[in-house]
Amino acid sequence: MGILIDIKKSLPGFKLQIKLSNEQDIIGVLGASGAGKSMLLKCIAGLVKPDEGKIILNKRTLFDSAQKINLPPQERQVGFLFQNYALFPHLTIAENIAFGLSKLSKTEINQRVAELMQRFRLVDSGDMAKRFPRQISGGQQQRVALARAMAAEPEILLLDEPFSALDDNLRTHMTKEMLAYLKDFSGSTLFVTHNIEEAYRVCNQIAVINAGNLEAFGPKRELFQTPGSLAAAKITGCKNIAAAIRKSAYLLEIPAWGIKLKTNMQVAEKKGFVGIRANHIKLADGLADDIVPENCCSAWIADESEAPFRSTFFLKIGSEPAALDDFHLQWEINGDQRNMIRNLPQPIKIHMPPTQVFFVKE
Amino acid sequence: MSSWQELTPLWISLKTALTATGITFFLGIAAARWMFNYHGKYKTLLDGLFILPLVLPPTVLGFCLLLVFGKNGPIGTLLYEIGTSIIFSWPATVIAAAVVAFPLMYQAAHAAFEQVEPNLEDAARTLGASEWKVFWKITVPLAWPGIAAGTVLAFARSLGEFGATLMLAGNIPGKTQTIPIAIYFAVEAGQYKKAFGWVAIVIVMSLGMLYLLNLWKTRKQNLTGTST
Repeated sequence: MGILIDIKKSLPGFKLQIKLSNEQDIIGVLGASGAGKSMLLKCIAGLVKPDEGKIILNKRTLFDSAQKINLPPQERQVGFLFQNYALFPHLTIAENIAFGLSKLSKTEINQRVAELMQRFRLVDSGDMAKRFPRQISGGQQQRVALARAMAAEPEILLLDEPFSALDDNLRTHMTKEMLAYLKDFSGSTLFVTHNIEEAYRVCNQIAVINAGNLEAFGPKRELFQTPGSLAAAKITGCKNIAAAIRKSAYLLEIPAWGIKLKTNMQVAEKKGFVGIRANHIKLADGLADDIVPENCCSAWIADESEAPFRSTFFLKIGSEPAALDDFHLQWEINGDQRNMIRNLPQPIKIHMPPTQVFFVKE
Repeated sequence: MSSWQELTPLWISLKTALTATGITFFLGIAAARWMFNYHGKYKTLLDGLFILPLVLPPTVLGFCLLLVFGKNGPIGTLLYEIGTSIIFSWPATVIAAAVVAFPLMYQAAHAAFEQVEPNLEDAARTLGASEWKVFWKITVPLAWPGIAAGTVLAFARSLGEFGATLMLAGNIPGKTQTIPIAIYFAVEAGQYKKAFGWVAIVIVMSLGMLYLLNLWKTRKQNLTGTST
């Protein structure tokens, strides 16, 4: 059971080439806008036809170019949640949800709709069923879209950037709710987003797509720990990446930063890139004298970007920065640490734990 | 002439316009739908052909219709075999009106279909709706304001058709004399009072129809919640 995708499609600008398989899980599809993520979903749903390859869902062949099989979207049993929800504006909420249920009797339909409205918290003021999409809030619209997709009992759920239309507050709330609904769902879910945090929160597995290629695919923790490729490192939000030369199996030299870093990963290639995430850099000042952490170095603060609950320091290693944009590393810290660090005499001492230093090949 | 006979252009015009609008309604929507899904290499050419009657002078259209339906034309000879003829008969008024109204209906329907969000049709498909259901339950209801507008235009054009009608159907009072033709020949004969009467009737009728159909269009628009 599960989904198997192995497709190729030529598009203006790049070639979509994805090969992945998974058993019943919530898979996040991460990538920049225009990387092919939505196109992937449309291929699975049958709205777009790949040039070649195959798509097999729960042992049913949806598409196979070699055998000339191409099931129309009507027969694929896919639930699709569009970015703007695509609710039918001329039908009521109840009619929207019931749209995919035409094969049942009238009483069965009413029952199902009532059940779904209950499950998706759409029964607050009695007349919800008779309202039209433009009369309800964004969050409610999304739940209606989800209820409608689930009503037809799909075998796979495809969510195309479902939260991009919501404001910040609502987004956090909906992410949590969505996770609860998805955990209940017995099939696989493909969740497309360009928001790294969302993908991490909601999904278990993450697929990284760059210019039509599947850069990386695996459990989220592992993927973020060791991205596997330069593009994957960038797309998963690593801000500190630089060219690196292998000095030994666990030692890298980074010319741009003028330092050498120890890593816990075994490095085989002669050249590549080193990366450390902005929140993994640690302060080495104020530690007891007998504690000398690995990968220690001196850094000056070139610039700072203060956000409500977090701050980013732009650090230059080894010498004083000449300008605001003369920096090597981005360091993310909590709001309450900010003042403390600002008050330290410069240069400050930082260290980068070898467990968090990763290497990717070219 | 009795007053009843005097009013025949009104009945003929109404019959003709209603019948022609009815025909173009279905033909226009069908053609627009077909063209919407057709992406072959003749698309621009076909689109041009459908719009052609809009830009050709009515007398040119009349001539072309005569070529087709006349004694030596392809359809004309067929009809001759069965013993009938379209020329100078009431059906000719309908044909002339339908041909000139068709591009208006076709264009309006095509534009209306284009402005229906494709995501909505795709969503319907993923929910299991057949192409037929997608068309009648999603596309047409949402395209309705545009289609209604097209119908209004088609009706107005059918009502006002003169040149092609005169050539194909002729001026036979009580049979093919529509109001525009009656007006022309009344003026020719110096019967200005009569002409003025028909002009007034046409204006009132047109305004009335436009008003009613616009009401209908706005009502449907409110239901769909779309603003075009």
